[in-house]
Order: sequence, then C-alpha cells, then structure tokens
Amino acid sequence: MSERDLPSSAETVIIGAGIVGNSLAYHLTEQGRTDLVVLDKGPLPDPGGSTGHASNFLMPVEHSKEMTHLTRRSIEQYEDMDTFTESGGLEVARTEERMDELERRVQSAKAWGEPGRMLDVDEVEEMVPYLNTEIIEGGFYSPSAGTCDPLRAGEVMRARADHAADGGLTVSPNTTVLDLHVEDGAIRAVETDRGTVQADEVVIAAGLWSPKIAAMAGVEIPLTPAVHQMVSVGPISYFEEYEGEISFPVIRDMDTQMYERQHGNDLEVGSYQHRPILWDVDDVPSIEEAPLSPTQPPLTDDAFEQSMADALEIVPQLLDDPEAGVRHEIDGLLSQTPDGMPLLGPLQDVEGLWSCAAVWIKEAPAIGEAVAQWMTRGWSDIDLHASNVNRFYEYGTSRTFVENRSREGFQKIYGIVHPAEQWQSSRPLRTSAFYDRQEDLDAQFFEAAGWERPQWFESNRDLLTEYNTELAGLTRPNEWDSRWWSPIILAEHCHMRDNVAMIGDMGFGIFDFVGSDVPEYMERMAVGRTDVDVGKTVYTPILAENGGFVSDLTIARLGPERYRVITGGAAAGSDRAWFTRHIPDTGNVSLIDRSESLCTLGIWGPDARDVIADVAEEDVSDEAFPPYTAQDLTVGEVDAWAMRLSYVGELGWEVYAPMGQGRRLWDTIAEAGEEYDIRPVGMGVYGTTGRMEKGYRLYGHELELEYTPAEAGLTFHGVKDADFVGKDAYADAIEEENAATLCTLSVVDHLSADGERRFMLGNEPILDEEGDVIVDGEGRESYVTSAGTGPTVGKHLLMAYLPPEYAEEGQDLHVEYMGERYPVTVEVVGSRPLFDPENERIRG
Amino acid sequence: MNVLACIKRVPNTGAKIVLTDDEQRIDTTNLGFTMSPHEECAIEEAVQQTEAHGGSAHVLTLGPEEATEQLRTGLAMQADEATLLEAGDEEWGPRATASAIANGVRELGDDGAEFDLLLFGNESADAANYQVGTRVAAELDLPCVTGIKSLDVEDGTAIARREVSGGEEVYEIALPAVITVKEGINEPRYASMRAKMQARRQDVDRREPTADTGAGTYEKVRLEAPETAESEAEILGDGTDAVANVVDVLESEVEVI
Repeated sequence: MSERDLPSSAETVIIGAGIVGNSLAYHLTEQGRTDLVVLDKGPLPDPGGSTGHASNFLMPVEHSKEMTHLTRRSIEQYEDMDTFTESGGLEVARTEERMDELERRVQSAKAWGEPGRMLDVDEVEEMVPYLNTEIIEGGFYSPSAGTCDPLRAGEVMRARADHAADGGLTVSPNTTVLDLHVEDGAIRAVETDRGTVQADEVVIAAGLWSPKIAAMAGVEIPLTPAVHQMVSVGPISYFEEYEGEISFPVIRDMDTQMYERQHGNDLEVGSYQHRPILWDVDDVPSIEEAPLSPTQPPLTDDAFEQSMADALEIVPQLLDDPEAGVRHEIDGLLSQTPDGMPLLGPLQDVEGLWSCAAVWIKEAPAIGEAVAQWMTRGWSDIDLHASNVNRFYEYGTSRTFVENRSREGFQKIYGIVHPAEQWQSSRPLRTSAFYDRQEDLDAQFFEAAGWERPQWFESNRDLLTEYNTELAGLTRPNEWDSRWWSPIILAEHCHMRDNVAMIGDMGFGIFDFVGSDVPEYMERMAVGRTDVDVGKTVYTPILAENGGFVSDLTIARLGPERYRVITGGAAAGSDRAWFTRHIPDTGNVSLIDRSESLCTLGIWGPDARDVIADVAEEDVSDEAFPPYTAQDLTVGEVDAWAMRLSYVGELGWEVYAPMGQGRRLWDTIAEAGEEYDIRPVGMGVYGTTGRMEKGYRLYGHELELEYTPAEAGLTFHGVKDADFVGKDAYADAIEEENAATLCTLSVVDHLSADGERRFMLGNEPILDEEGDVIVDGEGRESYVTSAGTGPTVGKHLLMAYLPPEYAEEGQDLHVEYMGERYPVTVEVVGSRPLFDPENERIRG
Repeated sequence: MNVLACIKRVPNTGAKIVLTDDEQRIDTTNLGFTMSPHEECAIEEAVQQTEAHGGSAHVLTLGPEEATEQLRTGLAMQADEATLLEAGDEEWGPRATASAIANGVRELGDDGAEFDLLLFGNESADAANYQVGTRVAAELDLPCVTGIKSLDVEDGTAIARREVSGGEEVYEIALPAVITVKEGINEPRYASMRAKMQARRQDVDRREPTADTGAGTYEKVRLEAPETAESEAEILGDGTDAVANVVDVLESEVEVI
C-alpha cells in the first residue's frame, strides 16, 4: 500500500479516510475493485474528522428498520475485526411517557430481529449499581449493544483492502482536494495538492466537509456541521476494579437527551440536550489551526450547564469521586442532515460522483458495504431508500433549509418522535396551485418532499355526524394513536365512496421522456410491457437486478416516442436518479422534469363522471375514455391531460394541468361538483384508508429492495419477452415458492389490558403462537408495513409479509403494540382488494 | 493564611498561530482560551496552601469580561474567591498590568482581604514578558523570588526552591511575599463536574482597574509568527515487517543503538 505517490489515474477515488472511506475501500475491493485511491487532507490513522472523537458506542435498536439493520451488520463487522466490545446498552426513563416510548423500543427491537427487553427499577439497579434509580421509572435493555474502535477498524479495513487489491490501493493522507473535474456531465478527475488523479468514479466520504467537495463539482450534499457536546471525567476509582474498556452497559438518559458510558477509568458524558449549535463548514479550522482537531473545538460552557446538572443527578456516585475531574471537554462536530438520515448514493447531476456522507460510527461499516454493493452491482443487500441522497433533490439543499431542519432535527435526537410527526420549519416550501383554496378550507397540511399536502380538511367536520354509525369503534381514544390523525379522514373516505371527492396535489414526480430511443429504453426499465398503444397507462414495478423493488409507478404512453412517468413525491428524487442513470450513453433519450410545472387533481367517487362531464369538452363516457387510459382533457378553460385510474378504488380521473391554470381547475371542478356535494379530501384517504381497502402497495413501506414482486403479489404482468432490469431474478422469483407473501390482516380485538381501544400505526412485529416474531426462510421478520383503518370494510387493516405457514386466509396471529398483544387475522393473501375485489367501481 | 493567585487569559497555543491582519494580535477564531500551565500551578498551590494552613485562596485577573471563564476555572479548582479587574478589550503591557494588579491588591486590602502570599506564573503563555510578578512586588514593596518549583510555608516564612543547573537554590522569605512559580511545583487538579457547575454560579468580584503606566514605556510594533517546519511521518511497516526498518532508523538516524 503506497502512502506517498498519487497515481495519475484510478478506477475509483475515495475522498475521506475516516471510518466511511476506509469501509468503502475495503468493501469495494471485496467486490472486485483493484484500482483505488483513498485520500484525506489529514494524517492517519486519525485525519481529524468526526471519526476521531466519537464516543464509539453502538445501540442497535432504533425505530427505523434500515438503521437497525445497518447497525446490526456493523456490529458484526467490528466483531470480525476484533474491534467490538459487547457491553449492552440501557435506555432509562425518568417519566411514564418515556416508559411507553421504551415499550415501543421493545416493539421495534422485536420487529427488526434484535433482542431487547424492559427492566424494572430493581433490575436496572442490579445491572448498573452506580445509577441513581430514585429518579427513574425503568429502562430498556439492549444486550447486543457495545463499543467499537473505529480508528483501529479503519486500519484493519485499509490493510484488508490493500491485500484484496493486491497492490492496487493507494492511500494518500495529508492530501488536499483542490478541485473536481467534470466534463459532459461526468466526473473525470480529482485535482489535489499532490497531483491530479483521472477517475470516472469518485466517492465523497468527507464527513462534514462533504458539501465543500460536492460544490467543486457543482452539486449539493445537504448537511451542516452541528455540535455534540462531550466531556470525559476521570479517574473514577469505582472503575479501577474492572479490567478493560467497558464493564457496564452504556447508559442513555433519554429524557435529558444524554448518555453516560464507561471508557476505562473514565466516564464519557455526552449531550444532545443543549441548544442546537450549527457551524458553517467554512469556519471549521484546518488541522494546523485547531488545538485538538478540526472537529473538536472547545466546549461551549454555558450550553453544557444543564447537562452537567442532569449528569450529576443520574450518576452522582461516579462524578462526585473526589479524585475525578473533567479531563477532556469538546464541542464535537458531527454531520446533521435535514431529516437526520445519511446521504448516500449517486449524485444525479454528475455521472460517476457518489455521496457517502452524514454517517455515524454505528452504521459506517455496513454503509460502506452497502454503498460498495450499490456501486458495483446496482443494488445493496440492505435497502437504503431512506438514506438516498437524492431525496432532497431540487428542493431541500439550500443552506437555510438545511440549517432550519438540522436545528429542528437535532432536538429530536433521543426525543419521543411520533411516526407521523411533521416538520415545522421551512414551511410551506412547495405549494401547488391549490394551496390557497385548501388553506381557506382549513386543510391540515402534511409535508412530503417539501410539498404541502392536505392530510384532511377541518371544513369536513360536519361529515362526522353524517357517518357517525360507520365510524363507531374506529375512532381512536388513545392520545398517541390519534396524534397527527383525525376521524375526519374516515368520514372523508365514506363521503368519497358514497359521492365524490377531489384530492390533490399529490406532489408527484412527473418525468416526460422524449426521443427515438425512448420506447426501447422504457421497455428496459419496467416489468410491465410498455410497447402499448398511445394513450394506455401501465402500472409497473421498477426493479433492481436482484429483483427487488426500486420503485413502483405509472407509465403513460403519450406518443410513439414520448412517455410520461409518474411516481410518488417522496421517491421522486431517487427515481429520477435511477432513470437518469440508466439512460444509455449514446441513446436519444431526453428527460423533461414536469414535477413543478404540472399540478394534479384527482376526482374520484361514484359521481366523478357526472362532475367531469359537466365541464369537460371531451366525451368522458366509458367507451370514449376507458379505464387505465390517458388523453387530453379540457376542463372548462383549462388545457389538461388526464388518466382514468385510481389509487383509492373509485371511478375517476387524475387530471394534470399546467401549474398556472391549477387554481382555475380547482375552482371549475369545485363549482361543477357543488350539486354532487363534492368535497376536497386529504392524503389520509388517498395514502391510507382508500389504499388499504384496495390492498395497494406503497413504495418504502411494502415495496423495497428486500422484497420481490412475487412476494408483493405484483406479478400480474407475467414475464414479458423484452429484456428489462431485474428480469432474470424476477422470473426466478415467480418460479420459486415465496419465502413470504404480502398479506392484508385485520385487527380482531382492539382492547388493551386497561380496556382502551388501541390502533396500531405501523412497524409492529407479527407474533407466532409462542409470542416470538415470525421470521421467514430468508431471515426477514414479519412486521406491519402499513397500518390504516378501512372505514368501508369497518376494520383496522395491517399489511405484512408472512411466510407460507402463516399466509393462509383466516389464520389467527398476534401483533405486539406498546407492550401488549392484540389478536389479528389474515384477511387476504396477496394483492386482492378487500374492498370491491373485482374493481367494478374503477371500471364503472 | 490568605493566598492570591494572579492569572492571565491567553489564547490556546496548541495550534498554528495565525495573526490578525494588523499583526497586533493572535487570531483566536479557532483557538479557545486558557491560562499558562504555570498559572494553573499557582492556583493549585494557593488552594493546597490554604487547605494546609487555613485561610482563603483568591484568584485574580486583569482582562476582558470573557476572562471570567479563567477565573471560574480557578473557582472550580477550589479557589474561594475571584476578582476581575475589568480591563476591556485593549491589551495592557506588563508595566500597566503590574500597576493595576498592585492597586487592586491594595483595594482588596482596604476591603479586608489581606494576602500573605501573592503567587504568579513565572511568565505568561502568550507574551512571556517575565515582568508582572516582580513589578507587583516592587510596587507593593514586598520580597520576591521567581521560578519556584517547591514551596513550604511555616510560621510566616516561606521556603522556596528554584532549580538551577546542577542543583537548586533555596530561599527563605518572610511573608507577605510575591512568588512566581513554574510548572512542576505541583500537579494541578482537574476540576470536578460539580465544582465546575458551582463555579459557574459563584459571584465574581468586579473592579475597575487603575494603573499608572509611567513614562518611558515601550510599545509593541507588531507580532511575527515564525515559520513552522513541515513535519512528516513515515510508516515503517506493519507488525513484524517493521522491525528491520525500525532497527535501521534507531541505528543510522537516531543513533541510539
């Protein structure tokens, strides 16, 4: 492994030699790459980034499956490198509300296959005798948690990479990147103060400096340096009797957003409770200018005052050791992103340029592995969709947005965050042409990819009385279950099924593809046949080569060489990246992004045709405008285009109009619908109640890389003759017996032990008769992928993948929710809709 | 016995020193502040002497409001009281500083705080003028020894030892006296978390400094930051592979074997 001379070219250049860059180098060489350069402006083994000052503990259980599985996989890797010490981890609660949250931790642990259990105060005291148990209610114990040595792991991974690359790895510390060379939209070279390296593949793994590097190529990685305060207190005589780095579980004092963890004879005390302190990356000092390290500026005393008081309260016995003092104190800088998740994947505006940033110690080895898989073969074993860097594409990369969301998100670390909790800052950001009208109707807006979408309308409160009988037993008495929710959603649903509703804007990603090679290109992207007549629509899975889901979306053929792809707003950025990446270098394929220029209004319900017919120039009869087709539609004065289909299982159209005419479209439909009592209804109906009754799958919930269309029950296209991405794996998946099949379940009994009706919200484990989580033959746990009430079927519905032995209609099972078990039954195996299984309404 | 430790807020010097554009000051943007290790020892000595002999340990500085950070460090190290001579943001030379401190000590005396022992660091960590301690002694007409690395007090007399080449000098000084100390006289404690927290809440006595700068003083023209030589590390090998190279370096370059 040369550490001196930079080669003039390399297959891959990795910028950053922290834990992430080292892991990438190792796993890329494991995947067969043999010509790599790793460079860092700092020295080795600690180049001065966040890796050098982390507290180095790994608590695997999180509410995010993705992060839990990445941490689990990272623990395995640290263990394999002999750099992991299993200590266990203990999250303690000071309040009853936190105890509920810890019960939810147990639930997530079970759902993601991690051990974890509740401890009462006595058990906590026995496990950690120095804890002041007088102020706590109990705790959550995670036995597989522990600590690692990321600097040593980095060395091991570099050595392994060197071995695997057989002389093809160059590691160049003390090397500053001066520029990135981009030609024809692709990365070509990395210019440094030690020379220029030609490369067609470059990964930015530069931690909190990543935005600066990305800017050299004219692209954005949305993160900001943020302070995490940490002090180290010692020597503590209590620890002197114990050998090794750590003999007691890492403590997270959740309600004060702090941790206390033994490190030899010291206690490391870290805090996320202080006011958010964000840095401008340009103010982070150079290595020479920093007394400790660039990412370890001096502690801001006044911000840490409350943290000291809280730490003294929970571990007084250790901190009041007369010999012990504060030996080390820093404002540790780490990377904070607008939603707290990492930023991974190809940066779509520069071919060959990748981001691997905002990654913590606890998930770095696994993320290096997953991103290396993604780079070399196009998909990763662990689905990374929630970390895709493209999720902020073209709306969430401004400095103001990043700072606002980071400040807000910092305060959620260790917080009790409801799964539906909405961001408050930088809103409204993306508003459709309907926004003002919806605000007038007291819409309760939720945000998706920056778009403001009404979740329900307070103006529909009168429907609660009308549907009082239908809603009996389906409203939610528990505060947690009903937080960020309203029974009005259910009433809106009933109104839509009985009359007609208008829904929009959904914030879709809308991409038009134009060019002589588009028909062939589109065929290659989709499972469904796209050589359909002009005016046909195709709902289709989009797969990776492993046969797992990259997306599911609708493709409409607009002309012989013109297609429109419509996808969910949350996936728009990553789908756009996927489609862009697959455009052949020499092909005549142009992508026109219409997401911001077209608005979408759905008109659905038994009366939808009557409403549209009143105002449309064209004939909208079933003969003239059959289901699953698309055509131009002039609505009053508005030149629109419409598809006849529905995600809520009703007759109707999605009408797409130029954003500038959107308000006119809204007013025209609202006026024409008056005599039918048309109601604007929210995404609560569109995304949950209507969808769940129809068994429609949602990307990121039911659909992800780890499941195939066969398992999701989406094989209705069969295997077409034409070649497409993922075809072989897809064909194999159809041939093989499913390891698990997506089912719709309903809750049989909602009553908790104290007699309250409870409603699951999603991500709960499905249990077998022993009370253990069900695991399929591939080692995947069965959990609730989506939960929502179906008012028309009168049930609370859950979707979950179940292995063959449980995937039987009528099978009784249990779901665990907030520490209790509730009986559920399998209603449907596969994708057959529970409501209107023959789709008579859509075809009506 | 009451002991006063006088300290100075200085930029943390553990990094490359960058000067401000006017070359009058150190650019402290990235540095953070501290006091010299000698002064940490002065505080520790004050605390230990008063713990041993009774009385009160008092810490004093001349500096801007921000210098309360260093005073609180002293309080967290178990000094009993702290005084800030509020000097604003401008820099004071050693003569003016000594005059202000001497006046401050007189004022404190007028208010009932008489000191038996005035401890200084041997020199400040930034300017290193080596003057303030001796000038204060002269102003207050007190005996003074400098560069002390061992101090014992008995019956109103201090036995102070100074390391010199080949041995040590031992001084017997009647108190009250001024003594400037050097790192090594003791091992300054790390403040405990509870002490740090209490120190944040403790009152700091604030006074307006008065100084006679006198005539014939000198002026600072500018600061210069010397070029630092670039250092490079070479990895000699991994594990046992490195042995031959290490031996080679020890033989031919370091010449220890």
